Amino acid sequence: MTPLGTAEVAKIAHLARLAIREEEAPAYASNLSAILELVEQMNAVDTTGVTPMAHPLDMAQRLRPDEISETNHRECFQAIAPRTEAGLYLVPKVIE
Amino acid sequence: MHDKTIAQISAGLAAGEFSSEELTRALLERVEQFNPQLNAFITITAESALAQARAADRRRQQGEAVPLTGIPIAHKDIFCTDGVRTSCGSRMLDRFIAPYNATVVEKLNAAGTVMLGKTNMDEFAMGSSNETSFYGPVRNPWDLNAVPGGSSGGSAAAVAARLTPGATGTDTGGSIRQPAALCGITGLKPTYGRVSRWGMIAYASSLDQGGPMARTAEDCALLLGAMAGFDPRDSTCVDRAVPDYVAALNQPLAGLKIGLPKEYFGEGLDGQVAQAVEAAIAEYRKLGAEPVEISLPNSQLAIPAYYVVAPAECSSNLARFDGVRYGHRCENPKDLLDLYTRSRGEGFGAEVTRRILVGTFALSAGYYDAYYLKAQQIRRLISDDFRRAFEQVDVIMGPTSPTAAFNLGEKADDPITMYLSDIYTIAVNLAGLPGLSLPVGFAGQRPAGLQLIGNYFAEDRLLSVAHRYQQVTDWHERAPVGF
Repeated sequence: MTPLGTAEVAKIAHLARLAIREEEAPAYASNLSAILELVEQMNAVDTTGVTPMAHPLDMAQRLRPDEISETNHRECFQAIAPRTEAGLYLVPKVIE
Repeated sequence: MHDKTIAQISAGLAAGEFSSEELTRALLERVEQFNPQLNAFITITAESALAQARAADRRRQQGEAVPLTGIPIAHKDIFCTDGVRTSCGSRMLDRFIAPYNATVVEKLNAAGTVMLGKTNMDEFAMGSSNETSFYGPVRNPWDLNAVPGGSSGGSAAAVAARLTPGATGTDTGGSIRQPAALCGITGLKPTYGRVSRWGMIAYASSLDQGGPMARTAEDCALLLGAMAGFDPRDSTCVDRAVPDYVAALNQPLAGLKIGLPKEYFGEGLDGQVAQAVEAAIAEYRKLGAEPVEISLPNSQLAIPAYYVVAPAECSSNLARFDGVRYGHRCENPKDLLDLYTRSRGEGFGAEVTRRILVGTFALSAGYYDAYYLKAQQIRRLISDDFRRAFEQVDVIMGPTSPTAAFNLGEKADDPITMYLSDIYTIAVNLAGLPGLSLPVGFAGQRPAGLQLIGNYFAEDRLLSVAHRYQQVTDWHERAPVGF
């Protein structure tokens, strides 16, 4: 594939909700293009019909009964939150 | 006292030669003395260490000690530790005080180990040199101009410098084995699912695995015995009995079939590292093992497949760091999008950003089949290579890393060159197999490591194969000058 440009990097960064400084975009574009070029060495092998491997031991996801197993730790968890009020996490206004 | 292995300390404590408190004080003094030059620890927990040591001494007096009771260790700063900062080497978690213990920490606490502190690491375990840490690079005690390897570089350097007899590490693509090799210590990455990942901050969930780092295989056996085991809180943890790794250390080597993958001895392997590895294999032959050449034909595809699977999973796992519930939050966000993007942009360093972006791209609409699905198919081919190899041989051996430790800054600006230092370790994670690195010599002044790869759940075999070698050689006893 063709190398990524800064506009594409900006689009991917937006999808990742990750701000990158404008002056860093060219370096990321060049790094990402080099990484994708490395990754595309995979295309040297025909994998038609090969079953994808998601888990090293090919195990199925273990399930548990849907029962309450955790106790409430709200105060403990909110003690490390950036901003809270009355038991709620505060964020900038979402709805006008 | 600081020069003793875990097994020797355990015997010394049992014989009443010294107390855990005395030993802990001595090691904390060494940490205080040497950490300014090594930067191996992010957080030193002196006060709680002494309290744990006194508790261990009381437990011993009551006759309730087990082999690890009173043994000082360090935890990689990726493991959550209740009430103690758990930074994962990132600005994102610089002020994150974990509200609970990781299962590994809980299990080692239950055995009575003493935590000296939390060790430095590449940010979110993404790196092979410990240079991506927000807290600055760790230096290799064998040569302060050299990197210790990564991502468990702080743990490796601390063990090598005799600041702690053992430490925990995690390994997603080589992060226990490569720093163990570069610092001249022994480190084991267990089979995927052997050790619980609960409370271990996730990077690439289908590859991440915690394991022990120490000076000897015997010490790794002691630590793994306490770390391993089923945990209902990790859905990928395997429900399988934990063998007595120490009891299994003396299995005979006679007739052991060692596979030497021809792909691991080719272009790119440093001549002196190759010599050290070949000398170790010759030693195994003398001990009665039978080396044979094998082939792992898809080896060259491991790095390309890894740099899809790992970034894809990383982009998903690190989506949780949003500046809302915990972690870094930017100043004065103007709206929710600004809060997310600036908090993440400020919180993550360059390597983490690169991997999140690569992963986001690989998983974005229209690219899934070409990248993630293709990588999972390659993963199957790599796994099948190992499966066929283990039909012929008991263990696989080769170099852990293609070179000895490189200089600080040497590869820091070139991600691709850095990625290649994990060329022999990554396939093991993709297949989910156990792998161990042990010191077998030097390339110049810097240590060289031998990698052992075993079949699923053959940790006992790997530890015994390494232990038998350490019974007749002394590479693992060499200490860096000045430490």
